[in-house]
Amino acid sequence: MSSPSPSTPAPEQTGATGMAGTAPAGAATDAATEAVVARGVERVFAGAKGAEVTALTGIELTVRAGEFVSLIGPSGCGKSTLLRLIADLDTPTAGEIRVFGKTAAQARIDQSYGIAFQQAGLLPWRTVAANIELPLQLHGADGATRRARVAELLDLVGLADFAKHYPDQLSGGMQQRVAIARSLAEQPRLLLMDEPFGALDEMTRERMQTELLRIRAETGAAVVFVTHSIPEAVYLSDRVVVMSPRPGRITDEVDVRLGDAADRGEDLREDAAFFAGVTAVREALHGAESAPAAGAARGVDVR
Amino acid sequence: MTAAAITPRAKRAHRWRAVVWGVVGVLALAALWELYKLVGPADGWLVGAQEGVTGSGIRLLPRTSDQAMPHTWDMVARVIEPVTRAQGALPLGVVVLLAALTSLGIAALGWLVGVVVGFALALLMLGFRIAERAVLPFVILSQTVPLIALAPLIRNWGSRLEFGAFSWESWMSVVVIASYLAFFPVAVGALRGLQSPDAAHLDLMRSYAAGWWTTLFRLRMPASVPFLVPALRLAAANAVVGTVVAEISVGFTGGIGRLILETAVAASSDPAKPWAPILGAVLLGLVAAGFVALLAAFLSPFRRQETVA
Repeated sequence: MSSPSPSTPAPEQTGATGMAGTAPAGAATDAATEAVVARGVERVFAGAKGAEVTALTGIELTVRAGEFVSLIGPSGCGKSTLLRLIADLDTPTAGEIRVFGKTAAQARIDQSYGIAFQQAGLLPWRTVAANIELPLQLHGADGATRRARVAELLDLVGLADFAKHYPDQLSGGMQQRVAIARSLAEQPRLLLMDEPFGALDEMTRERMQTELLRIRAETGAAVVFVTHSIPEAVYLSDRVVVMSPRPGRITDEVDVRLGDAADRGEDLREDAAFFAGVTAVREALHGAESAPAAGAARGVDVR
Repeated sequence: MTAAAITPRAKRAHRWRAVVWGVVGVLALAALWELYKLVGPADGWLVGAQEGVTGSGIRLLPRTSDQAMPHTWDMVARVIEPVTRAQGALPLGVVVLLAALTSLGIAALGWLVGVVVGFALALLMLGFRIAERAVLPFVILSQTVPLIALAPLIRNWGSRLEFGAFSWESWMSVVVIASYLAFFPVAVGALRGLQSPDAAHLDLMRSYAAGWWTTLFRLRMPASVPFLVPALRLAAANAVVGTVVAEISVGFTGGIGRLILETAVAASSDPAKPWAPILGAVLLGLVAAGFVALLAAFLSPFRRQETVA
């Protein structure tokens, strides 16, 4: 695994894919300094026999450009639903979501975000390189550009030696790294991640978290990160958004900001500020528990 | 585990062993035939036969006379001999091979038409939920119609088709019937395969703003291959059976099906003769299966199964 190397230019400055609307990383030159703005978002699913299930209600959320925000909460609190709404994989029944000042649908069409799921979701018949190449290929980038960008991304996630391997020849952690590389292919300024490390073992998971912080420091992208692990949220985030179920809503926000993303290392996990952050998020979650929906925080992973 | 884990040398040894076992299997079958012919009663074994009443009783063991069970070497020898006593008659083997080749061409055409129609139906059913509900029952129903009932109908309808220089030939009826049997497994298998990508992959394609056709070519079609290959194999077998049977019921001459019928008539005077076209039909099936295996080898990159992360 390659070590953090601040001297190398962030991928945003090199190998442009020719995608329209891709501004340099971290620069607030764009009119919208907010990566994501959700106003009064509600999502109601139609249940059986006309019953309705309110998955999300009254969601107010702002994610600034370059900010790392975690959504945490027990199962059924709608955190994944919220992520899907931002990605325009689903549409809200009320309210509005804007991504970089555009509608969510337009942002999806413009490839303003990259996305990674809990399952790596690699295409088994494509090599690692071809999997990373997929979004570039779909959007008509020419061969030379594609090869250059794929080589860059393989270096970024430390898989340069595995370009010609197939997904079934990789470990779960390596597959997830390929998925992250793929989500970065179009140099998005927003990364959406739905429990990307949820299926990994604890050791791999911690290594991947540090890896993600490094990648994020190099790319300067904003991240919306869904998790049910408190330490993971605290370790990674600038801000932790606490959610609670029935109906899914945001109950609290905890500012963590344990220093610059690039400076965070493994020793941070034993730092007093880290434990203070964990305590703060846990209390916020338990506060939600004492609210009407008792026992709501039971599903939260306190690893 | 994966193909990459096997060395080329081990692979070659594996292939040779397969060939050896194949030959052993054929020889064993011939030996079993000869063994029964040696020890079995010449007139078979009848239970409850009445004296002087022919055709009475139940035959529990078949006859082993040269009439009913010619020696395997006689069958082989017959293949080299001329087909009839007429001057300049070709050896039986050559006649059988030519007929098998004709049938193979017809079966291949039927298979191709069946695959195209089957895949088109699968696409239609994939694209429109309504089509799946409307068409799928008929696709299944179509296979319950007996071939014997269908053959004269198709010949009849075909013979009424006539425009310009085009006129319906009887081989076309055979192609239609073969494709009728071949399209079914393809339609069902392709539909399952095209619907096989999981929600995460479809979400991913949507996040890339990929349209229906792009998703079809980049995701659904490659994902359908593991389902499609067995369907293609079934379709090949169906096309061969359909061709042989249809040749007989349509009355198409020149194919292996017709040859089986013709030589069977000669069985009483020339008992080894009907076995040659039967072996020819077996050969036809093997070639068809081999062809699909070859096709599957080209598609093997798409048959990797994703391991769960």
